[in-house]
Amino acid sequence: MEVLRHVRKPLPHDSGPKHVQGVAQYIDDIREPEGTLHVAIGQSPKARGRLISLDVSAVRAMPGVVAVLTTDDIPGKNDVSPAFGDDPLFVNTEIGFLGQALFAVVATSRDIARRAVKKAVMEIESETPSITVEDALERQETVLPDYAYGRGDPAAVIAQAPVKLEGQFRVGGQEHFYLEGQVAMAIPGEDGDIHVYSSTQHPTEVQHVVARVLDIPDAYVTCETRRMGGGFGGKESQATQWAVTAALAARVTGRPCKLRLDRDDDFILTGKRHDFRCDWKVGVDEEGRIQGYAVDLLARCGYSADLSAGVVDRAMFHADNAYWMPAVHIASKRLKTNTVSNTAFRGFGGPQGMLAVEHVMDQIAWATGRDPLDVRYANFYRPGENVTPYGMEVEETDTLVNLVRTLEETSNYRARREEIAAFNASSPIMKRGLALTPVKFGISFTLTHMNQAGALVHVYQDGSVHLNHGGTEMGQGLYIKVAQVVAEEFGIAMERVRITATTTAKVPNTSPTAASSGSDLNGMAAKIAAGAIKKRMTAYAAEAHGVPEDQIAFRDDRVFIGNESLPFDELAKKCIAARVQLSEAGHYKTPKITWDRAKGTGRPFFYFAYGAACSEVIVDTLTGENRLLRTDILHDVGRSLNPAIDIGQIEGGFVQGMGWLTTEELVFAKDGRLLTHAPSTYKIPVASDVPAAFNVALYPNENREETIYRSKAVGEPPVMLANSVFCALVDAVHALDPAQPVPLHAPATPEAVLRACEALRGRPMG
Amino acid sequence: MVRETIRFWRQGQAIEVSGFHPRTTLLDYLRLQERRVGTKEGCAEGDCGACTVALGRVRGGRVHYEPVNACILLLGQIDGAELVTVEDLAAGGELHPVQSAMVEAHGSQCGFCTPGIVMSLFTLYHDGGRPLSRESVNDALAGNLCRCTGYRPIVDAALHVCGGQPDDAFATHAEQNVQGVEALADGQDIFIGDESRFFAAPASEDSLAVLYAQHPDATLVAGCTDVGLWITKGMAEIEKIIWLGRVTGLDRIEETSDMVGIGATVTHAEAHPSLARIDPDLGELMRRFGSWQVRASGTVGGNIANGSPIGDLAPALIALGSELELRHGDATRTMALENFFIAYRKQDRVPGEFVRRVTVPKLKGNEVFRAYKISKRFDEDISAAMGAFRFTLDGRRIAEARVAFGGMAATPKRAPETERALVGLSLDEPSTWGEAMAAIARDYQPLDDHRSSAAYRATVARNLVFKALSEAASGETRATRIIGQRDALQAAE
Repeated sequence: MEVLRHVRKPLPHDSGPKHVQGVAQYIDDIREPEGTLHVAIGQSPKARGRLISLDVSAVRAMPGVVAVLTTDDIPGKNDVSPAFGDDPLFVNTEIGFLGQALFAVVATSRDIARRAVKKAVMEIESETPSITVEDALERQETVLPDYAYGRGDPAAVIAQAPVKLEGQFRVGGQEHFYLEGQVAMAIPGEDGDIHVYSSTQHPTEVQHVVARVLDIPDAYVTCETRRMGGGFGGKESQATQWAVTAALAARVTGRPCKLRLDRDDDFILTGKRHDFRCDWKVGVDEEGRIQGYAVDLLARCGYSADLSAGVVDRAMFHADNAYWMPAVHIASKRLKTNTVSNTAFRGFGGPQGMLAVEHVMDQIAWATGRDPLDVRYANFYRPGENVTPYGMEVEETDTLVNLVRTLEETSNYRARREEIAAFNASSPIMKRGLALTPVKFGISFTLTHMNQAGALVHVYQDGSVHLNHGGTEMGQGLYIKVAQVVAEEFGIAMERVRITATTTAKVPNTSPTAASSGSDLNGMAAKIAAGAIKKRMTAYAAEAHGVPEDQIAFRDDRVFIGNESLPFDELAKKCIAARVQLSEAGHYKTPKITWDRAKGTGRPFFYFAYGAACSEVIVDTLTGENRLLRTDILHDVGRSLNPAIDIGQIEGGFVQGMGWLTTEELVFAKDGRLLTHAPSTYKIPVASDVPAAFNVALYPNENREETIYRSKAVGEPPVMLANSVFCALVDAVHALDPAQPVPLHAPATPEAVLRACEALRGRPMG
Repeated sequence: MVRETIRFWRQGQAIEVSGFHPRTTLLDYLRLQERRVGTKEGCAEGDCGACTVALGRVRGGRVHYEPVNACILLLGQIDGAELVTVEDLAAGGELHPVQSAMVEAHGSQCGFCTPGIVMSLFTLYHDGGRPLSRESVNDALAGNLCRCTGYRPIVDAALHVCGGQPDDAFATHAEQNVQGVEALADGQDIFIGDESRFFAAPASEDSLAVLYAQHPDATLVAGCTDVGLWITKGMAEIEKIIWLGRVTGLDRIEETSDMVGIGATVTHAEAHPSLARIDPDLGELMRRFGSWQVRASGTVGGNIANGSPIGDLAPALIALGSELELRHGDATRTMALENFFIAYRKQDRVPGEFVRRVTVPKLKGNEVFRAYKISKRFDEDISAAMGAFRFTLDGRRIAEARVAFGGMAATPKRAPETERALVGLSLDEPSTWGEAMAAIARDYQPLDDHRSSAAYRATVARNLVFKALSEAASGETRATRIIGQRDALQAAE
């Protein structure tokens, strides 16, 4: 039995004491070097068209304005895209969305810069923009080619199935609303060097794109990120543009330059979770077992590709959620609209694909008269029926069904189902609803090469340890988890491990901190680095003390060598005197994964993470107002590296998902203007939206794969536990008339809920 | 006597500041001038709470702390108060009890909202032995958005540490702080700037009347919870600001057996108990009004004078038959509140005239009041529609009805057609209510906007007529409400 002293302990977040005192530094808090200038973005007032002329003379003339940056000032490529070359730093001619950057102002204060951008005079030949999925379908405009895969002939199977259903289901987008908005500061150095502080999940990409736009080698650019005030995917690709703009401003003026977006600009200028229209067909038997399923996932991508290749692929990968589909066709379109380019958001398309199939499960339940949970059980992957539509075997078929059975019991699902039915029978206005929904989420980047990470570990002569890795800290607790791994490896106190800011100068060529992969990848890389140093220290100690290596152990801040022991720092000193290298760069790449996109088959995921949630709601059927009354969650994080951090991820992810499916509504006007552009108009959950009865437990389940201490990734999967809230709302509305399907789409705002209620009452709401 | 500085109490010292631009916000002062960067900017519109700081004012012999959003509070508005920011809590390197509780409960993840949350909890910690429940903590935190934690650990931290007698440096130095804050009060007018650009804070109604008559183009500010956004979001070039917060008399609440008179600078937080005594629905409306931060700064008078088409409070006050009193120079006049609102953002107020107070009649024995705030999110959200009803009953029949809605027209507005249709209805004959429900469609032609569609507003308004009648008939709200059930509210009073 392995005795662990740091790993698996519920240690608090390493920055906790700093957070609560207001001394944790975010980029806007870094003391600005003297003479720092401030940058603001000049935005397009039209959503689509051609920029005919741009006159910035009045902007330049404003006192305090030091420079105005336009396309003419870009030494390198006018492109800040992550992959496809279609995101200009400043618009050349074609305008893609309302708010798109046309130029930037550099001024002595943020206030002056913000006022100055409004003085530009421009001529735009504007066109009617595409705003909706339907607009884009009509124009047949996409940002990337359509993509599909499947198995068998679902159309034929569905046609012959005893029960056939079809429909259109809409899933809304979501604004990240990281509390710290996008921000970067760039400081010019000698020979054209640039040091960029960026609130980014992807420092390496910031480095590359700064170099690309400034036309300098990557080695001249350093990107540093100590922490973000939240990321959630919104700073994976879309922190880059602001860092690059600050770097360009620094290059042009020769002075430090800072760009912090005002919150409204942050809403308008940065992408969101993709919204989808899902056109689906299903054929089932009398028991509600799927025989054939076909779904077309129509994603609204915005004006450019950004990360839509991967996001929509992941929606497709999760269109099955946890359900066996003998004949299946999963198709997708990446539609181009004249709205800000949608991007990564916790779950990366997975939640949308998954919610669609959960909606279908409810439809099947209504059509077959079965309890929705029983329909779900009937369709779970099981031995022999365990191959996903993309050809990957689900090896762990027991975990989910056992987890759901446990939750069914602990949440008292069956008894509450009856109790709610009785309540609804005697309550004409208030209706309660209940739903238990599962989550199966694939862990790994689906772009195989991204599944790698590096870490840099130094041991100093006093026994203190410098830890650096390519993962970024956005609040998720990655730094403390990796520090736990390193402290465990060396058998030293946590206090000896100095966590340091992520920087491209220490660990290069990193992947973004995304896809829930942070601790899987960086934890392993750090363990490899620390392990290599420890191995050299062990070898030295063995030789110096004449003791076999297997009789040397590192624990409790000491090194035990045969019958003797010495403090860790003494061994470090001795190693240095003996010219033993106490520094190491570790590198890790995820094994086993393959993916052939052309053939639509492979093993894109190292493993799956599982979970389930049971939620109960109440709905006022006269107003659509609703409230979550209770949620029970059982979630599989493998063997947790840090249960306190993991519980925090589960609860936070669930509440964020609940917001996405209930009160968070993005409203675009016909001209492409975003009307919900600040917290006054865009409503994320507040404390009172979280149920008093909120029971969260970890499912004890060692990862069958060799991950870091057999843990499982936890960042994204909990978002989809909130599908239970949406399905419970649907269940409550269903009580108004069990004979009818419920026409409710996401987000289930009070308005959407009332619309569904009135439809069931036969008096459609106009 | 005129003072050309503002004075506030901070860390046991009186601080004087002068020569600042009238538009300077407290947050910009802290971050850009003091270079105290613990207080964060999350939204710059008073909605996320990341910039929360505490202001202390002496009440009942002790310093009473309230949370405010520094992003939309003008620097000048902290005159006469104790200012506490997140940096001030940890004494000698030792965490404050609320800070320790937050760390131990795993209450921070990304940490950016945390300073604001700590300050809200600090004010709750000092809120005077109030019994705490999860609900009351949720109320206290409604103005603090956290995107990471899901709030559960934060609420746990609050329940663990707040609700008892405070035991921190502020409690230890309570007497010194009371003296320090009291010593700031000098009854002098404040005028910082010149004739073309100034921040002024007259100390009396007469000084205000004179100053405003001289500068009818000045912007009057009470709590600044709306004007703050004109500055931070609208980039408004406001050069002359008159802050009403020091005017003696305007901050008074007068209560008689048949009315409550609320002075123009009475904050929502101060008015809340008196209004709640008129009717539990009014209390519930105040509980959900903005957030604790907004209620601590924003005023009832400002909410009316501002003339928002929604103005959560105005429809309820109109339905209750409230009157508004205005003053210009030496002349005062009164009018029915509904007559104040002329058109979108246009009120019956001449240049130089200011709101003095609003008088809210109490309910008589045969009057029934109901108010409904309909919004996307229950807490800290502006209504899509806000409906208020006052029925005067003759037995089980409606003898008179006053109905007013916000969010349904360009101003808060009465519903004459509906009122007429309601008169004479029997509470015992729901089959006869249809005409009154239909009439609301003739009273209002609501708009589509980002809060809701016109169809939703129209449908909800119709359904609320039904709900108000049902509740008046049954005297019960358990079967018709998710939150704000009246028996629970009355029990809590």
